[in-house]
Amino acid sequence: MKKLIEKYNDKLFNHGLTEKDAPLIGTLDAEIIWNKTNKTTNILEKLFKTLNINSIIFSEPAEPYRTIIEYLTKTSNEVIYPEDCETRTFLHELPCTKDFNIQTIANILKERKSLIIPGHGIITFGTVSPEQAFVTFSSVCFAIYVKFFSDYLEHKKHKIISNEEKKTFNKVASMINPYPVFSFSLMQGPFNKKKVYKAMDEAGKIIVKSRLVDSYFGNISYLIDNIIYISQTGSSLDELSGYIDPCPIDNSSCAGITASSELSAHKQIYLDTENRAILHGHPKFSVILSMDCDQRDICKYKNQCHIKCPYGRFVNDIPIVPGEVGTGPYGLYKTMPPAIKGKRGVIVYGHGVFTACKKDFNEAFKNLLSIEKMCKQEYFRRTNI
Amino acid sequence: MFGWQGKILKIDLSSKKYHILTPDISILQKYIGGKGLAGYYLKDYITLNWHDPDMPLILLTGPLVNTLSPTSGRMTVMSKSPLTGTIGDSSVGGSFGFSLKKAGFDGIIITGKSFNLCGIEINDDNIKFTDALSLKGLKTNEINNLIKNKGSTAVVGPAAENGVLFSNIVIDNHYFAGRNGLGLLFPSKGLKYITVKGTGKTKTYDKESLKKARQDIFRLTFASPVLMGELGISNFGTAALYDLIDNRRMMPTDNFRKTRFNNACLMNAYTYKKKFNPKKGGCLGCHILCKYITEDGLSIPEFETMSHFSALINNNNISVVMEANKICNEIGMDTISAGATIACYIEISNKKLSGSDITSLLKKIGYAKGIGNELGKGAFRFAESKGKPESAITVKKMELPAYDPRGALGMALAYATSTRGGCHLRSYPISHEILRKPVSTDRFTFKGKARIIKIQEDLNAIIDSLTACKFIFFAASLEEFSKVYTSVTGIESSAQDLLKAGERIYYNEKIMNSLNGFTKKDDDLPSCFFKYPGTSGNNIDIPPIRRTEFIKTLENYYKIRGIDINGMPTKEKARELELE
Ligand SMILES: [Zn+2]
Repeated sequence: MKKLIEKYNDKLFNHGLTEKDAPLIGTLDAEIIWNKTNKTTNILEKLFKTLNINSIIFSEPAEPYRTIIEYLTKTSNEVIYPEDCETRTFLHELPCTKDFNIQTIANILKERKSLIIPGHGIITFGTVSPEQAFVTFSSVCFAIYVKFFSDYLEHKKHKIISNEEKKTFNKVASMINPYPVFSFSLMQGPFNKKKVYKAMDEAGKIIVKSRLVDSYFGNISYLIDNIIYISQTGSSLDELSGYIDPCPIDNSSCAGITASSELSAHKQIYLDTENRAILHGHPKFSVILSMDCDQRDICKYKNQCHIKCPYGRFVNDIPIVPGEVGTGPYGLYKTMPPAIKGKRGVIVYGHGVFTACKKDFNEAFKNLLSIEKMCKQEYFRRTNI
Repeated sequence: MFGWQGKILKIDLSSKKYHILTPDISILQKYIGGKGLAGYYLKDYITLNWHDPDMPLILLTGPLVNTLSPTSGRMTVMSKSPLTGTIGDSSVGGSFGFSLKKAGFDGIIITGKSFNLCGIEINDDNIKFTDALSLKGLKTNEINNLIKNKGSTAVVGPAAENGVLFSNIVIDNHYFAGRNGLGLLFPSKGLKYITVKGTGKTKTYDKESLKKARQDIFRLTFASPVLMGELGISNFGTAALYDLIDNRRMMPTDNFRKTRFNNACLMNAYTYKKKFNPKKGGCLGCHILCKYITEDGLSIPEFETMSHFSALINNNNISVVMEANKICNEIGMDTISAGATIACYIEISNKKLSGSDITSLLKKIGYAKGIGNELGKGAFRFAESKGKPESAITVKKMELPAYDPRGALGMALAYATSTRGGCHLRSYPISHEILRKPVSTDRFTFKGKARIIKIQEDLNAIIDSLTACKFIFFAASLEEFSKVYTSVTGIESSAQDLLKAGERIYYNEKIMNSLNGFTKKDDDLPSCFFKYPGTSGNNIDIPPIRRTEFIKTLENYYKIRGIDINGMPTKEKARELELE
């Protein structure tokens, strides 16, 4: 467990979610282990007694999340409702409390996976592994970021920006790190069965390093001889070694039952196009911009945009399609693959970006990055009106 | 009352009289339903012999059954296990639970013994006892054909009549209350079948919030590759696991002497689907639908059955697997125990069995003929009688299912701590160790597993009490199901509140087992897993389990569970859980 604690302590920092060594991480098997102990761990220890859980992460998030949280908790009541689809699917809602009291904290965590306490931090937990606590922490940060920028754009359009919102926006915007320049080359394809694992591992790492995926992660695949090599469900794209499933395209083996929930979507792209490599990330401004729609107030599918948007919208040349994770009646595996034909990529409403290309991951990554850069630029253009 | 009907039908078969129990809401809140409530009613009788007329046979649904809740078609059957002597229970699908609720009952408790073989027919509040002598010796499918117009059916076959210690109760011809030999409770009460039909409803407290919670759960299941993905169980049945378990080199082969079966890739779910072209179906109230049935009405075997009737007994012919499955279902006996007992027989007798040897041996077991009479007592008793106890791969005398514990150490601990003997479903660590849900854990370490196993046991105890399906928890969690529970019953609750009830329910079972003399020495695995490695290869090493680590983890589990060093429940913990 010690090793896992260290791992997630480092990951929180490396993903820009917390300051270095800020988090308190505790795990419990027969005994409680903390990465460090202080007054707060004494208090949090009581959570282990009250709740049937095995791990806790508690930390003030890094900037700009911290400023966003302070602002959002001031303006929302006790619950923040995430706008993006994945967080909505997995976390439902983000409860907040101003009260750093163990009983209050326990009562909220009895029902939900996370709790935001402005001025103190975010608490998340796992029942099986600190990985759950980490993923939830990452999701909360992603969700509040998307919500803050979405709200701002919406308020701007309706001309209802308060001074405080404006001030916060300027502060947060000044803290956004620029996206990296893609001035290097990833492994050159086409890949054979031996090389594909390394190539996918490399591509996964670069997506995470470039901050193009948070939350419940993305997925990545490559096609060789009618076998789709695809990242496993819930795998971290920066740790793909050992977590890639080869799935025959005719379903003649179910060994890939652990493959990404978007296997069907990837497969459909391979069946319909000449592509051999697919990347899927959750770049923030693409997600934010996908939810900015002028028709929203008059649309008959208001509040169902993520599954029923009828407009065939675009950000410049990039289509935006509705669709949910997985294989349900509104699954994105039905909407996204037809839209990607002949395009650099597709944005799925409130969720993320898919890019596909023919040879290796270079072009797919380049497109993922450039779509996000374009969306960010476009976002700031729209907020300047 | 919302959710529960608040009525349990208590039948005494000696007198053919019945009355209605109306449990107090405080009892329902504490024990929820299904397995939990059944445990509450069983506890006072648990030290009796399983064939004592006073031993209750309990069929109980939960508050979610017959509502809009996802996977709400299940029911628990509970009594004392003839096979293990532990508490015996089984969660079973089909439509029996639904129909019971419609008839106005949360469950049935049966005691006494009918002088002549009888049936029970429930039609709303009309309870009829019938003469079933003419059904004696008939196979489960034959009986089902004769009575299925009377509603949902629960029957036993020849195996139960002939004393097979792993006989099943068969629900609606395709669903099995298996593993613990509960089928034997029917003949011990002079009972051959039960039918139930009803026209009532189960009241829901808040339909709108139930619909919302249901939508949240649906969305999660569609996002789950294991459930609804291309290669998931909705598309292939649980047979989908076969390739994966092979791939992870943990498929019990040749009576657990190896963990890799060379022919596995030719006998996978895809092959069955192609060869038998089955249609999809499932329990009432479920949208996952993992049951596959051929045009001739034959079930495609579940993963465990596929695996034990191929790898474990070294059979390369999938038609033989289909036939073996059919025989077990018709005679009414547990496929896992049947397969494992035959594997034990093969090892001890040093024989190689052909396909027809296998099927004829199964019939001999079901009809207690020749060697079959000995094998019908299960692997443990058979191996003991031959002076080769090490050939029985059992825990608490129950045969292990198709996950080799050397390939998933959480599973090793979970087999040992299960309250009904060698069972994979009590904690189902395969979920995180292999299927990556809710997240993946390292399958080759015991670190952290003691607490995880305990928490997941509590979780599954509450699932079997609600009563929902364990599979849906690959995607959803109690966070969503507590909303369902509250919407249905109107009782405020949370994920952690329900988990606490699960802890109480499971601890109650530990207490019952301790009353029957079960201690630490019973919470153990067969010695072969500590002595011999599995079949390593393809960069996967399957070493033997380190006994010292196993023992240490078991002791950690006791500490976390609130059990003393000898494996015995404590008064303090019982009090804390309000079980005193
Ligand atoms: Zn995604």
